[in-house]
Amino acid sequence: MANLNIRDAKKAYGNTEVIHGINLDIEDGEFVVFVGPSGCGKSTLLRMIAGLEDITSGNISIGNEVVNTIAPSKRGVAMVFQTYALYPHMNVFKNMAFGLRQAKMPEDEIEKRVNAAAEVLQITDYLNRTPRALSGGQRQRVAIGRAIVREPKVFLFDEPLSNLDAALRVQTRLEIARLHQSLGTTMIYVTHDQVEAMTLADKIVVLRSGIIEQVGSPVDLYENPGNMFVAGFIGSPKMNFFSSKAFTRSIATIIEGAAHGDIIGIRPEHLRVTTKENAMLSARLELLENLGENVLAHFVSQDDTALIAKLDRLPTEKIGDTMHFTANTNLIHLFDNKTKIRK
Amino acid sequence: MAVVAQSSTFSRIFWPTVAWLTAMIFFFPIFWMVFTSFKTDADAVKPEYLFFFTPTFENYLNMTENYDYWRFAINSVITSTFATAFALVVGVPCAYSMAFNPTPATKNILMWMLSTKMLPAAAVLYPMTFLTKNFLGIYDTHFLVIVVLMLINLPIVIWMLFTYFKEIPKEIIEAGKMDGVNTWGEIKDILIPLAWGGVASTALLCFIFCWNEAYWTVRLTTTEAATLSKLIEGNRAPEGLFFGRLSAVSTAAVGPIVVLGWFCQRQLVQGLTFGAVK
Repeated sequence: MANLNIRDAKKAYGNTEVIHGINLDIEDGEFVVFVGPSGCGKSTLLRMIAGLEDITSGNISIGNEVVNTIAPSKRGVAMVFQTYALYPHMNVFKNMAFGLRQAKMPEDEIEKRVNAAAEVLQITDYLNRTPRALSGGQRQRVAIGRAIVREPKVFLFDEPLSNLDAALRVQTRLEIARLHQSLGTTMIYVTHDQVEAMTLADKIVVLRSGIIEQVGSPVDLYENPGNMFVAGFIGSPKMNFFSSKAFTRSIATIIEGAAHGDIIGIRPEHLRVTTKENAMLSARLELLENLGENVLAHFVSQDDTALIAKLDRLPTEKIGDTMHFTANTNLIHLFDNKTKIRK
Repeated sequence: MAVVAQSSTFSRIFWPTVAWLTAMIFFFPIFWMVFTSFKTDADAVKPEYLFFFTPTFENYLNMTENYDYWRFAINSVITSTFATAFALVVGVPCAYSMAFNPTPATKNILMWMLSTKMLPAAAVLYPMTFLTKNFLGIYDTHFLVIVVLMLINLPIVIWMLFTYFKEIPKEIIEAGKMDGVNTWGEIKDILIPLAWGGVASTALLCFIFCWNEAYWTVRLTTTEAATLSKLIEGNRAPEGLFFGRLSAVSTAAVGPIVVLGWFCQRQLVQGLTFGAVK
């Protein structure tokens, strides 16, 4: 158990810097999710913490001990890989015991730990099988088990669910959440899926192009995104962005302090259908996606901006008809056109 | 439909015929060598005994009694085994580092290694002979033959191992690092067990190349470290060509390696298709 601190951490390959000075504090027992589009540096940052990539400059400390030059296995971290990375030539027991044997742990202690972890993950029946004979979900459990038995101070997950099918992904996500509850260990989890980030995290770290865009709780990022990137990244379907020309009324009369050039962001779930008289936005219906519990309606506004509204049920209007919307003013986000920062 | 049926009948007959013919062309010299080895030297050159003759073991008996076949054979076994072993000892770590810790120079190094195979051996014959004979004093020793065989096969060994190691997902090695294995442990506990088929077929191929090598083994040995290649060469006989004897010697020289290849066939095929099954 330990807190983790990252100070001015940079990573460069030759002359190309990919991580541009990260500062981050992770409390003991926190579940932190690194999220961002592919190539944002989230996996690289995780691998720097793991010790699989060296740190070009800056410091990473675990439990107040700088680990920059400490070998991966000595950092007290355990990693679960996207591709599971099990040892194909060893059975499940040996896979899980391998790290402990490397550490010269007594055989009876190894057996105790492996059996306990297998029990938790419900893989006791498969201990003698090789990874080849397991399904994707079972392999991922073994990979998690291999991490658990080492009783690390910090768990590192590198997109652990992306190789699983949709149903299994949801189930495994729950299991990881449960695991965090029962172990109470610090966990760092990398994903590009914002739903995973929202559901699992105590704290989300949004990364883009090697810098941190924003750090906060899921609710915080959803309600108060710091800039347009975070606003667009968190939430599904993503936030609609408009220029003031999309609105039927002057933007200054809708939101206090709004300037003409500002970018206005409204989430699809916050757009409410209204009458023409009360509308702030009017748009032409283009396409309907019925998800059962709700309907995603795709529109084009009067200045040809595409937008999505999340409706409770199918509208009576036909494709091509115009619909009118309003939104609660405290759910409307204003962004500076130049800096893209929230006003 | 008719066209399809026609062409398939054609290819059912045509391609196997071509395949068999090609195989026969390749096999014929070997067959003829074995065939001739059972003729006496006198019979071997007489057209009337081309196909019909009284088979004799005289050549084989002669070979083991007068030409010390076993000494040459043992030399071949010793030099090929050690050369292969050392080539692996050097090649495995080398291929490991290039496969898992590549640098911008890795590709060039691989190409450079391969390019050494393009150098005509004859170009370095004089310096090699001079150095080993007059300077180092290791001419005609097992040590020299082993080193030379190892060095000339090293590029191929490294290339093959590199290709097999590349097939192993990097994450498995990284998982090993997280589990606390050192570099030697990575090679011993993860890499070699995973690439076992590849390592075995590389070793086998290297052994075959060492066994068959003639240019250097003939030129850098006289008696002490002479291999079966030298025995064959020695039977090229200044008095004229003794086809029967030469055939017997040749058969006895390639025999062991053919038998070895036959037994390891499965391993070879497995090794060569290793990437496909993972």
